[in-house]
Amino acid sequence: MTPRIELRTSPHVVQGGSVEQIMLHVVLALLPIAAFSVWQYGLSALASLVTVTLACIGSERLFNRLAGKPGTLTDWSATITGLLLALSLPPAFPLWMGAVAGFVAIALGKALFGGIGYNVMNPALVGRAFVQAAFPVAITTWIPAFAPQRFSEFAPTTFTAPLMQPPDISAWAKQALDGFTGATPLASWKFDNVLTTPTDFLTGAVTASAGETSAILILLSGGYLAARGFLDWRIPAAILGSAALAALLFQWLDPARYPDPLFVLLSGGLMLGAVFMASDMATSPVTPKGVWIYGALIGVITVMIRYFGGLTEGVMYAILIGNALTPLIDQVTQPKLFGQTRGKRA
Amino acid sequence: MTALTQPAPPPATSSLAMIRTLGVVATVCGVLLVLTYQNTLEAIEANKRIALQRAVFKVIPGAATMQAYYVSPTGVVEANGAPPPGGLKFFAARDAAGQLKAVAAEAGAMGYADMVRVLYAYDPDRQVINGFGVVAHRETPGIGDKIITDRGFLDNFRALDARLNDAGTALVNAIKGVKHGARQHAWEIDAISGATVTSRAVAKGINDSAGKLLPLLRPHIEKLKEAP
Amino acid sequence: MIPGRQQPTNLEEFLEGLWKQNPVFVMVLGLCPALAVTVSAVNALAMGAATTFVLLGSALLVSLLRNFIPREVRIATYIVIIATFVTIVDYLIAAISLTVYEALGPFIQLIVVNCMILGRAEAHSSKNPPLRALTNALGMGLGFSLGLLALGSVREIFGSGSLFGIALFGADFQPWVVMLLPPGGFFVLGAWLLLFNWWRARTPAALKAAEVQSHG
Repeated sequence: MTPRIELRTSPHVVQGGSVEQIMLHVVLALLPIAAFSVWQYGLSALASLVTVTLACIGSERLFNRLAGKPGTLTDWSATITGLLLALSLPPAFPLWMGAVAGFVAIALGKALFGGIGYNVMNPALVGRAFVQAAFPVAITTWIPAFAPQRFSEFAPTTFTAPLMQPPDISAWAKQALDGFTGATPLASWKFDNVLTTPTDFLTGAVTASAGETSAILILLSGGYLAARGFLDWRIPAAILGSAALAALLFQWLDPARYPDPLFVLLSGGLMLGAVFMASDMATSPVTPKGVWIYGALIGVITVMIRYFGGLTEGVMYAILIGNALTPLIDQVTQPKLFGQTRGKRA
Repeated sequence: MTALTQPAPPPATSSLAMIRTLGVVATVCGVLLVLTYQNTLEAIEANKRIALQRAVFKVIPGAATMQAYYVSPTGVVEANGAPPPGGLKFFAARDAAGQLKAVAAEAGAMGYADMVRVLYAYDPDRQVINGFGVVAHRETPGIGDKIITDRGFLDNFRALDARLNDAGTALVNAIKGVKHGARQHAWEIDAISGATVTSRAVAKGINDSAGKLLPLLRPHIEKLKEAP
Repeated sequence: MIPGRQQPTNLEEFLEGLWKQNPVFVMVLGLCPALAVTVSAVNALAMGAATTFVLLGSALLVSLLRNFIPREVRIATYIVIIATFVTIVDYLIAAISLTVYEALGPFIQLIVVNCMILGRAEAHSSKNPPLRALTNALGMGLGFSLGLLALGSVREIFGSGSLFGIALFGADFQPWVVMLLPPGGFFVLGAWLLLFNWWRARTPAALKAAEVQSHG
């Protein structure tokens, strides 16, 4: 977008676009990642994407009506929440649980705070955190990527009856892909000390959430958004950089125990979280210094949870903690006003 | 009603009145407490005894009576009052004919959220652990609490190898938890898939407890078998 | 009690805790047990009954002794009285059912620091005759039990798929684990408060007040 010069009092250079424009571009940037996930995991991933997004949009409508507000569906923000949420869930996540996640994301993550722009935490992650705590087994049940019959049949868990337990998937998964263990790269590393190769990560032949495997696509989409000025490139840079540095430090301390930085960057939801979730404008700091602190915090907390926590993956909680600290970070990193003296704040 | 009228500025209370009030209230409360304590003591003791007995009988099927003991380097005594120095508590369960069925003991280790406390049964003749029950835990519902119900996990405790070495000082093989589906030896505990941390806590707790209790118990097993 | 105001009837006294000043939904008092033990309806009722017992016992004793207790030592006296009844209920529950006793865990002893009970002693029992104090305490106790039951039943339905231990959805029900954990208590309490306040805001009196405000 070329900067437009507006004929009125300053400022004259209009940066970026309206909320609708930014949001629409984020949706467009997410589509290739969603498409790759459908290609990898087939019909189940497609059903999950559609259901979760529809649940978010429906909840947004419902709460707008209850609050007597004009519809905010045209700003695409509920669609983004839905897409991101679906991409962060296991591809064969039961649809009814996905719908619960979508509803909670909008209700607890957004509507409760007053709608778009007022939310304290990323709504998609609020929804995911809820289902992670509510359905800990289902959210760690994975299906193999590139199963041959992925375009002809759904995973048995997808159409679980509402409120009911998903069926055991191990027999189906083993028959779908020989030697499938059902463990994510992070879990294999943590419990069995087996490292996944970078090639597997780059081709997407790993067990993971629907949108977590396409590192290259995520970086390309993020790069496009950053180039158009719709995304603060410093946030993903700070997160990925600090995570890599932390990983490097631990590897130097004990190479036998801790994996290399590349594994840390490519595994789990770090890429997706850093580029699309932590960079949410309403929930990240606005000061330049604050942005770096925020990103570094998320990167380091992610590595800490992965290495020393009970869970295998920590990106979600790291970003939520970062979101919660954003007002504080903003406050302590306010730039000094010209002429301001020490100890006095305007 | 005097309490409803606007209170006049209160007259100074004498120290005696304060002490008198507190003294009277404390006495009344003390009497109430002692009365309740005395009247409920028997029922509470009975409840506890029944709960313990039920837990022990659950891990030792076929048992008809049980008795708690302390075992220490100086010998075995019935568990009344404080344990002797270095003493460990265990329960001996007998069948209807008075034959020693097995001994049971409590074990515990840090799980995912808090201590996982379990009760296990040890068969001295076969030198195996052949019973298992959970006493208390705070593990995640739906994941960690599968140690109570998971069939595959409970199968570990049909004949878990707990042999002592010839000198009788330690277990020949330490009992340990292994990844789900990787059990190869009789002294390994096959973890529940997805609940590895809790399963390993159970294994560690039993290993620690059996490693201490069984060597102490070994010289007294024959005596226990004879005693009614 | 405010002087000059009309003496409330016994029914009003009873309904105050049950509805108008409900400890959980209106005063939001005594949240420690309200959030900690309400994982099932039975637990909620047991905790409600225990709290009601302590409320009744302390209300009676405080009211009987109200003219005998000097202001200077009243807090110490109330605490001794409350602690006594908490210990009594602790023994009683252990004697009646060890299962319930273990399910409630340390929260029976913690009734002693439930601010609602000391609040009742200070604000009501110490200023009213025994019968009136008992009526008010019973209303408060039932109101508290009702609040706990509202929390406990929702949490049990979602967290275990049952109500009072009776399965509602069959064996294949997927428990919502989070509802049994502390965050679930906060979610459900928040939802009830939302519902309660939304409903109160829509009652005729509130609507009239809003109308007056907009006209004035």
